[in-house]
Amino acid sequence: MAIARFWRETPRRYNLGGSRCTVCTTVYFPPRSVCPTCTTHRQSLGKMEPFQLSGDGEVVTFTVVHEAANGFEMLVPYALAIVQTVEGPLLTGQVVNLRPEDLQIGLKVRATFRKLREEGPAGVIHYGYKFAPKEEAAMAPRPGRGSEQAPAASHAPEPSRARA
Amino acid sequence: MRDVAILGIGMTKFGELWDRSFREIGIEAGFQALVDGKLSSRDLGALYLGNMASGAFLEQEHIAPLILDYAGLASHHLPAIRVEAGGASGAMALHEGYLAVASGAYDFVVVGGAEKMTDVSDTEASRIVDATADTEWELVFGATLPALWAMIARKHMHEYGTRREDLAALPVHDHLMASKNPLAHFRNKVSLEQVINSGIVADPLGLLDCAPLSDGAAAVLLGPLESARKYTDTPVKIAASQVACDTMALHHRRDLTTLDSTAVAGTRAFSQARHKPTDVQVAEIDDAYSIGGLVALEDLGFVAKGEAGLAMRDGRFFGKGTTQINTSGGLKAQGRPFGAVGVAQVVELVRQLRGDAKDRQVAGAQVGLAHSVGGTGATSVVTIVERVN
Repeated sequence: MAIARFWRETPRRYNLGGSRCTVCTTVYFPPRSVCPTCTTHRQSLGKMEPFQLSGDGEVVTFTVVHEAANGFEMLVPYALAIVQTVEGPLLTGQVVNLRPEDLQIGLKVRATFRKLREEGPAGVIHYGYKFAPKEEAAMAPRPGRGSEQAPAASHAPEPSRARA
Repeated sequence: MRDVAILGIGMTKFGELWDRSFREIGIEAGFQALVDGKLSSRDLGALYLGNMASGAFLEQEHIAPLILDYAGLASHHLPAIRVEAGGASGAMALHEGYLAVASGAYDFVVVGGAEKMTDVSDTEASRIVDATADTEWELVFGATLPALWAMIARKHMHEYGTRREDLAALPVHDHLMASKNPLAHFRNKVSLEQVINSGIVADPLGLLDCAPLSDGAAAVLLGPLESARKYTDTPVKIAASQVACDTMALHHRRDLTTLDSTAVAGTRAFSQARHKPTDVQVAEIDDAYSIGGLVALEDLGFVAKGEAGLAMRDGRFFGKGTTQINTSGGLKAQGRPFGAVGVAQVVELVRQLRGDAKDRQVAGAQVGLAHSVGGTGATSVVTIVERVN
């Protein structure tokens, strides 16, 4: 994946920046430029504003992946879930900091900033959100977890607000 | 809009066709359809070709004129049009060909579907087909196509009490039917235990819940129903051809256990054909992942929501009830050359309606339905065909 293609989604992938329709107040992630909920979609054009998700949510469904997606081979088996955020939008992400067999529908989770994958030994490293059980996520990342560990704060990009 | 008939059918062997090129299989299926329909290629108006990813699989785009050329038709300067809709590419090509004949724009068209998937590694092929889901907001986070379907399965089991063995029942049936289909990718039978104990791909789905990567091609010849008898003794009418789309990402759907695209395309198709599910004797259901077949039976109205698991347990669609499914072996066992599957489903229905399905024949089949899905349901295509008496 070209660098720009990943970099341009940084506000969304790093900080869960979504959007909200100022006409009907529905929240979206990733941000949309047109509101699918408004009865005549055109009325929302130019009226979507940035909206920050909290990262809190609940597991709606999940799987444990044994045949990995491209670039995730080192992680198998890994837990993948669809999470409903408290603000409404649903999104797909991995669930970490628990044994896959302990994952269940209804588990409260919180988004956590993690390494997603790297494009080979010399390639770009992709970061973004994963989810962790809510109590766990409040703790600092545990040491010695290698690829699962978030980078030091000084290397993390500046938080930025989403722009639709 | 005028009525459209299927005048001829053609299909290659599905499977790992190491010795055969994309061009060869595409042409073989197309010519079979022309010969079967007794039409001179001079009378063709256009060629439609369903194909998902020739660029990724073969580093060859612009394949519709390529097939036209190697079919010897370049000097006729026919329009040749490629159609892509993920796993529903072939079904979508059929929809386009149907519209072209129904509208009167062309009298006769060949609709082909072809995919050559084994010229890249299994890993590469999986990466290519995963891209029918949302790359930016699903795959980037570690999702695969089977993982997304597995999450549909988990939710269905949670909501409706569907059991692991209910999912496994469909591949068992598919393999049994494919064992009677000489063109099928897999001819072996499998047991419930084998499916349940197959290596986990994405829990709860195992390897034997997932359709294979196949090479293959299929084709149909379409023309106006009013002149169909000049070309075939057994015309089959396309009673409905309907497409419906939905959100790209699974997580944006209204309900994770329903494919609204399938429900809407199905409702539109039954309305167009003036039929109801109980009128259908033979149905080819998209079961690329076993759970997909169960959900489709619910979304198309063959069973009530949440009851597909029970229907699998009862064998309701495996010889007992009014509707028989996947007599070809389905995507699971007949094979899944992406661009070809939607066309191959209709080829099997035509065999059934003509009474040519040999030891897979469903007695007295009059009405058939084909259902094809792209991605996790961003596209669904439903086709209803009917015997002309």
